[in-house]
Amino acid sequence: MRHIAFAAALSLMATATPMLAAERILSIGGSVTEIIYALGGEDKVIARDTTSSYPVAAEELPDVGYMRALSPEGVLSVNPDLIVSEAGAGPAETLEVLKKAGITFIEVPDSFTADGILEKIAAVGEAIGKPAEAVKLSAEVENDLTSVAEKTATIPETERKRVLFILSTRGGRIMASGTNTAADGIISLAGGVNALTDFEGYKLMTDEAVSQAAPDVILMMDRGGDHGAPNDELLALPAIVTTPAAETRSVIRMDGLYLLGFGPRTADAALALAQKIYGTF
Amino acid sequence: MVALSETELPSPTQDIKQLDRRIIARRLSVILMALLALAVVVNLALGASGTSLWGALGKLISGAELTTMERVVLWDIRLPRIILCILVGAALAVSGAVMQGLFRNPLADPGLVGVGAGAGLGAITSIVLGSLLPVGFQSLFGHYVTPAAAFVGGWGSTLILYRISTRGGRTSVATMLLAGIALGSLAGAVSGILVYMADDNQLRDLTFWQMGSLAGATWEKSMIAGPVILLAIAGSTWFAHGLNCLALGEAAAAHMGIPVQRMKNAAIFSVAAATGVAVAATGGIGFVGIVVPHVLRLATGPDHGTLLPNAALLGATLLLGADLISRTIIAPAELPIGIVTAVLGAPVFLWILLKRRGMVDQ
Repeated sequence: MRHIAFAAALSLMATATPMLAAERILSIGGSVTEIIYALGGEDKVIARDTTSSYPVAAEELPDVGYMRALSPEGVLSVNPDLIVSEAGAGPAETLEVLKKAGITFIEVPDSFTADGILEKIAAVGEAIGKPAEAVKLSAEVENDLTSVAEKTATIPETERKRVLFILSTRGGRIMASGTNTAADGIISLAGGVNALTDFEGYKLMTDEAVSQAAPDVILMMDRGGDHGAPNDELLALPAIVTTPAAETRSVIRMDGLYLLGFGPRTADAALALAQKIYGTF
Repeated sequence: MVALSETELPSPTQDIKQLDRRIIARRLSVILMALLALAVVVNLALGASGTSLWGALGKLISGAELTTMERVVLWDIRLPRIILCILVGAALAVSGAVMQGLFRNPLADPGLVGVGAGAGLGAITSIVLGSLLPVGFQSLFGHYVTPAAAFVGGWGSTLILYRISTRGGRTSVATMLLAGIALGSLAGAVSGILVYMADDNQLRDLTFWQMGSLAGATWEKSMIAGPVILLAIAGSTWFAHGLNCLALGEAAAAHMGIPVQRMKNAAIFSVAAATGVAVAATGGIGFVGIVVPHVLRLATGPDHGTLLPNAALLGATLLLGADLISRTIIAPAELPIGIVTAVLGAPVFLWILLKRRGMVDQ
């Protein structure tokens, strides 16, 4: 009897903890933090980076700074046994010291597609010892993403809107998104067409190139505060005043992490964006 | 003319004043050494993780095993960082003092030999174009690509500047100053093109590099930077007397038996080597090279014989202090040290200007 109970306990332990389960997790990158919370792993998270601003509860955790400029002793001071990070954490010297201190560092792959989100969820679930929860969340997210994709698929090619994502307009110069960015990814998930496809990443644009891109809609990150006045200023910029977007005053502003995070909320964000672009669904 | 005759024939009161200053400078050296030692201990004892230096020392003495945390924090993080701080602080302050002496201009800083712009260009090139390097090359140099590129860039631009301003075996500091400005904007323009090509992450790496940080301090970096910087500082004591004579003008210095051209060469290349290595190891750290020599000149006068060693001590102490602030004030995150030195340095610099103006007005 005792043997059976012992064996049962042993096998239970074996299935519940495929690897040495982390007890103190440092979460780096807004989407990774969101996924950990969505998987119910928040009780193990003891610190976060600056970009992890959702859910609100995460903001109360100690902030170890910007993910590409981590301080070795700062990270050690929160005493993590596992670091789960989006791609691109650094500097390399810091990571080397952390490795020496015996902390497991897991980098989660990042790509701006529906499949990319599912991969991310699986990788985070594996890292924090919640693979079963990850499968469940992944199925839900996939479901949501598929339903958004089905809805946006009904938009006829001719009615697809050209969307220009503007990162900043500092000094009247427009920094806009080309291909291979989170903005490009969310635009296509929402059934839009990126107005700029001849370069990768974010670039400063000349006014003429923006006019020529002829966006129907301008998409920006919401930085809070007064919306009306900046829209007037934005649409009056020489680069934009000639575009269809200025004519119809189509400016969409959404929360940065929600829009560009590529985490569990992305299906929602894509749907919300599609509704704002097309006004239907 | 008046100034010249005064220096040639010092009045008795001035003689006493100079003697006083020398004594003050020696005492200051002792005080600065004590401060530096104190700063080292404080930096070793304080940090975000709360690892106790005393606890670890106690264990070492009693022969007990250190925990991994204690070993990593004290040996792999704080100690190499302290050593790099001392080296870089000393290098920047001494280089600043040497440049101000060489150019006979209180605003001169190590950047004038073109190191800053060249190193910046090198760093930007490696950050933006680093991904184009062959994979084998990348893994061979790893994260030393950027420091190495910064050093090569800094040295390269100094060499070019030196060639431009040297005619018939004579280096004109005036030409060097002007050519330095031109070369600086050229490097800035090329950097601009690279910045335009950079992606989002590269831009952020670049911003952080420009703000400077000692977070990447390692034993390897200290071991590479150490010999170069120590050699350059030791070398600078050789031309301290020459710099004093140069204050009277190049012709006067030559008449006093100073091998002016050789001294210029030594000064320019020791500054380029020291700041090149410093900038490569830590990125851009401003104001140390200007503030430290000026504070010391106010306290103990312009004699380079005492100014240069004291500048090394004060520069090292100052950078240790700035680094302590940078790594504890927003812990567990870290403030780039370039921000700290600028925030501390700029007001001090303004205060010096006001005080100097006061002296001139009188």
